[in-house]
Amino acid sequence: MSILDLFKRRTSAPVARERLQVLLAYERRSRGQPDLVSVLREEILAVIAKHVQIDQDYIQVSMDRGETMSTLEIDIQIPNKSAVPLAMAG
Amino acid sequence: MGKVVVVTSGKGGVGKTTSTAALGAAVAKTGKRVALVDFDVGLRNLDLIMGAERRVVFDLVNVIQGTAKLSQALIRDKRLETLYLLPASQTRDKDALTEEGVAEVIARLRQVFDYVFCDSPAGIERGAQLAMRFADEAVIVTNPEVSSVRDSDRIIGLLDARTMRAEQGEHIAKHVLVTRYDAARAARGEMLSIDDVLEILSVPLLGIIPESQDVLRASNLGAPVTLSEPTNAAAKAYLEAARRLEGEDLPVIVPFERKGFLDRLLGRRAA
Ligand SMILES: Nc1ncnc2c1ncn2[C@@H]1O[C@H](COP(=O)(O)OP(=O)(O)O)[C@@H](O)[C@H]1O
Ligand SMILES: [Mg+2]
Repeated sequence: MSILDLFKRRTSAPVARERLQVLLAYERRSRGQPDLVSVLREEILAVIAKHVQIDQDYIQVSMDRGETMSTLEIDIQIPNKSAVPLAMAG
Repeated sequence: MGKVVVVTSGKGGVGKTTSTAALGAAVAKTGKRVALVDFDVGLRNLDLIMGAERRVVFDLVNVIQGTAKLSQALIRDKRLETLYLLPASQTRDKDALTEEGVAEVIARLRQVFDYVFCDSPAGIERGAQLAMRFADEAVIVTNPEVSSVRDSDRIIGLLDARTMRAEQGEHIAKHVLVTRYDAARAARGEMLSIDDVLEILSVPLLGIIPESQDVLRASNLGAPVTLSEPTNAAAKAYLEAARRLEGEDLPVIVPFERKGFLDRLLGRRAA
């Protein structure tokens, strides 16, 4: 066993504590109410859908919840072909 | 076509989730594409064990209900690019899983992945039955202790009666994985022996995972033990079990208590 192992041994509980604090803070906040991510996602997609037709398959949503800040990443691929304004297409 | 493996037990707290993460990561390490599916709706934990809890956006229920695509719900592991997680939902009710929905998700995962590991909830009810429903193979996680072995026996009964394969008259391969094995207690005769467990269940042995502090540390850190510390005893046992699952013929060595052995040696010398 190396000194590093000993060090790791001692530090795993604080890591667990920190991970749980972040997770539980989020889960308690979102209990019983629609979570912010899905609200944002729906609204952002609705805005985009006003201008272009997009397939669910071309949307990737990722999230990283942090202690003081979270990141929400919405990756939307807009095929050039269908980038026709809906008003004109329809 | 990928293989679907259910990790099940009947009893709770025996090591299903730990084993799903450790075996899945071990197989993914060999370059195989692996998906881990958490079936413990309402009490998901596989995301925590995998260290992906901060990145969950969608879950199995969202996919079944059509609010998210399967590709959107799958979370790729940050350490291994061949390893993916499909989380269970945390809040919605258990009946949100339908058999048709699960069938479709599993069928699609099978097309893309070499292995699909289904982490079963405890119990023998609907959730556990859905987790095993479309499995080709089962890993039955058992602790060498009477109530765990009894529950495993009931699960084996269900595997032979309620799975799709069983209903179609096909064979479902079963393996026993003995976890939390304490060699010192076994040596003192305080725990069922491996032979006892195998004789009672009459299912072949996939491996013996020793009781180990390293497992707790890995879960604190949010990494499967086979990734975080592959050289320690529990990780090695999981890595070997994964090789057996892939068909390799590796003998299982029953762990023995080193201390007891040395003590005896020293005792003899002193006498
Ligand atoms: N080999 C082991 N050594 C020590 N603790 C273990 C081992 N396997 C599992 N555990 C612990 O047992 C508890 C239950 O494990 P878990 O995998 O969540 O079981 P299940 O999914 O069957 O309910 C956890 O606290 C886990 O860290
Ligand atoms: Mg579990």
